[in-house]
Amino acid sequence: MKSIGSLLSEDQRESLKRNWHKFSTNPLSIVGLITVLTITFMAIFSPWIAPYPQSWGRWIDFSQASLPPSWKHPCGTDIYGRDILSRIMFGFRYDLLMAVCILAMVVPSGTFLGLVAGYYHGTWIDTVIMRITDIFLAIPSLVLALAICALLEPSLFNSMMAVSLLWWPWYSRLAYSLTSSIRNEYFVQAAELIGANPLYIMFREILPNCLSPIFTKMTLDVGWVILIGSTLSFVGLGAQEPMPALGNMVAVGSKYMPDYWWMTIFPALAIAFTILGFNLLGDGIRDLLAVEEI
Amino acid sequence: MNEQLIEIHDLYVNYKIYEGILKVLNGVEFRVGVKEKVGLIGESGCGKTTTMRSVMRILADNAIVPKGSILYKGRDILKMSEEEIQRIRRESISMIFQDPTAALNPVFTVGDQLMDVIKYSTKENLTKEEMKERAIKVLKEVALPDPERILKNYPIMLSGGMRQRICIAMALVSANELLIADEPGTNLDVTIQDQILRLIGRLVEERGTSIILISHALGTVKGLVDRVYVMYAGNMVEVAPTKELFSEPIHPYTIGLFKTVPKLTGGGIPEAIKGRIPDYINPPQGCRFFPRCEHAMPICKKEKPSLKSVGGGHEVACFLYE
Amino acid sequence: MVEGEILVVEDLRKYFKTAQGVVRAVDGISFSIKEGETFGLVGESGSGKSTTAFTIMGVYEPTGGRIFFKGKPLIGGVKKRPLSLKKDMQMVFQDPGSSLNPRKSIREIIELPLKVHKLYRGKERKRAEELLRMVGLPVEFLDRYPRAIGGGEKQLVAIARALATEPSFIALDEPTSALDVSMQAKIINTLLRIQEELNLSYLFITHNLSLMRNVASRVGIMYLGKLLEVAPASEFFHKPLHPYTKMLLSSVPVITEEEEKLKPKKIVSRGEIPSPVNVPPGCTFHPRCPECMEVCSKKEPVMIEIEPGHTVKCHLFNS
Repeated sequence: MKSIGSLLSEDQRESLKRNWHKFSTNPLSIVGLITVLTITFMAIFSPWIAPYPQSWGRWIDFSQASLPPSWKHPCGTDIYGRDILSRIMFGFRYDLLMAVCILAMVVPSGTFLGLVAGYYHGTWIDTVIMRITDIFLAIPSLVLALAICALLEPSLFNSMMAVSLLWWPWYSRLAYSLTSSIRNEYFVQAAELIGANPLYIMFREILPNCLSPIFTKMTLDVGWVILIGSTLSFVGLGAQEPMPALGNMVAVGSKYMPDYWWMTIFPALAIAFTILGFNLLGDGIRDLLAVEEI
Repeated sequence: MNEQLIEIHDLYVNYKIYEGILKVLNGVEFRVGVKEKVGLIGESGCGKTTTMRSVMRILADNAIVPKGSILYKGRDILKMSEEEIQRIRRESISMIFQDPTAALNPVFTVGDQLMDVIKYSTKENLTKEEMKERAIKVLKEVALPDPERILKNYPIMLSGGMRQRICIAMALVSANELLIADEPGTNLDVTIQDQILRLIGRLVEERGTSIILISHALGTVKGLVDRVYVMYAGNMVEVAPTKELFSEPIHPYTIGLFKTVPKLTGGGIPEAIKGRIPDYINPPQGCRFFPRCEHAMPICKKEKPSLKSVGGGHEVACFLYE
Repeated sequence: MVEGEILVVEDLRKYFKTAQGVVRAVDGISFSIKEGETFGLVGESGSGKSTTAFTIMGVYEPTGGRIFFKGKPLIGGVKKRPLSLKKDMQMVFQDPGSSLNPRKSIREIIELPLKVHKLYRGKERKRAEELLRMVGLPVEFLDRYPRAIGGGEKQLVAIARALATEPSFIALDEPTSALDVSMQAKIINTLLRIQEELNLSYLFITHNLSLMRNVASRVGIMYLGKLLEVAPASEFFHKPLHPYTKMLLSSVPVITEEEEKLKPKKIVSRGEIPSPVNVPPGCTFHPRCPECMEVCSKKEPVMIEIEPGHTVKCHLFNS
């Protein structure tokens, strides 16, 4: 901890401390942070902390099949006798990984396009990029994702590509609006009058000032990406059995409702908690930045 | 002088922030008589607005008043119930804010907003017609042309000068005894500001209300008020009749401040008072001006000077004159 | 071009298209700035004084007219101008809060022009320190971030940045209007001292006439995109000719009796500045002018020279 602290300057440490103070005054943000940290912890360490790591795959143990929640299996087992709690932990792993991969593709590309369009505001570059963005935004996103997934072979990878394709325009919109306003700030004009080149101005003057809102949106989006991914696997177009994605666990379990309710309810609750956690955290970060801007 | 309307005595106001406690007001002494016109000048961050917000009791949530009293006709505003202070705000004291755009709600017409103020400013049961009549009357008072049309307009349809006039009109409705004008027209152009100031001057004269005119632009108060307070870092450092203050300031801060104002007569701008306004978390002990004062003496470091009369209504808080 | 003139502006125009119609922000103004002098432009909001500075600097491309810098014409906006020109012309903006990038340290901000123009290579640090000393700031400021310093200090950093490339001309757009008088005094004195030391020419823009009196050697007054009067500073304030100049002077808040005597007594300000979309015909000032004649609403007056160096655009003198 001390070594990280010494990497930052006095000024940065002071502002971190101040931000933490502001953030921690809102209990909901803290709830969000704890939820997200717990989920992330379970996702990363699931192979080691899951009570029944073998439940990950094609494990079958009919002696344990369809057991209701008990001390041995807090969330019950599914029809093959796999422990649902363990599968939820693995589910976090897949869903988070999917969200991270999607955002890793979407955020840089969307931001880059928005940045360029915003910097060349009013020129043909702006028109071309933003009209394409608008076209993507005009198509209902879930319909597009379903169409793409149905067209290709249903798999986790293809569903990720589909979600990415419908998600980048939001980042290009956001980066575009931020850039269009920041480019009129005097410090950008000063850099232009000095003669700095456009790439320098875009990436070194404008981009660092866009990062906070983009980061906030990313945090909020993790939840939504997981929801869309789960929707896709729920309708059978995403991750496939036996991969323990939360969405297809809900889908599979729903066939046995209401008798074996735990097969659906616990994975569904896991999805809900994930989204809630990321949204609360994202709101907390947004409030933090909003206050700082005054 | 005559009867006092507002008497602030030994007022302290602190703000609690993450870094600690900002000790902004540091024993403010301030008086306004009935029908008196008073100016309050000082640089930004000296506590002018905090003082006036305390009078209206509209301080921010993180403000603390550890000590002091604000007497309105002999009764302490700080100890009044919420209903009483509401009534004073509706009927007796009103404030004009710096930014006329922020004070008007953009989604309601000028008429709606003005008539709302009129409705709550009186106990009479007015009909819609009567309210409209009164609204037109006040708009005429602030010299706005075609008041009937303006009542139907939204704030965005009017120029900055007109909006400022409407804010004045709204303030006048509930300012039967005191009008507090916080930098009126500062955001406007000089020719418009000049008109606004002349208008305020004429209106308070006609209606016999008291006025407190706050400004960081020293010249603006000169033509309008009888007496001027000079504020520095949460203290009133000097007060005198307007003419005397501008021709013979005696507090080192006032002298320095007047010197640095660029003059129409030219001749360059003398170098500013050295240093800057103190940090309110750890303000200097004793006189808050001593670190910047060229006449600083050992006593200034230890004790806080209080306002002492030097005759003719001229008071100064400085050990040089004790 | 006359010897010793660093900047000449001829019939400069800058129009903007808006939803309400065309705004003629700058509408045919001509003036020149001599080497080493401070030329002041005063005017109220919407007068086009800032637009003039931005157009000269190339932030906007002019709609019409010509600008000559050191005898050579300036063509187009900042993107089309050669790098050497950007080294020679700099600007200080009105709002010190927004003229420094909040994400960069003062060092990065001051060293940027050095890096762009490849000046003081390997000695950037020393030069940055020297610049800070020149504007009277401690060198410890180099490692701070803009949010950690005050508004006046930010403006001094902006001045240091403008000076980095050793320009010969600086446009100052209301450099002190957001600051208190004591900070204003410090900044103005710093600017005047540096001007003396480096023989700089300034285009100084402000709405504050009292400040202008103490800074400029010559003053031009703008109203709705047009120059109405140009005169040497002392003459401008002692013998104002144009009714608008008189009206402005009479509105200035002053503090001493001597200043009070300078203010024209007969003219008081009235009316509001018309919207720049609907500029009145003839002389643009006629609806507010206390000495308005019949001809004023019909014909635009021309600029004429009353005394050497003192020109005015008013029908009162156009007989």
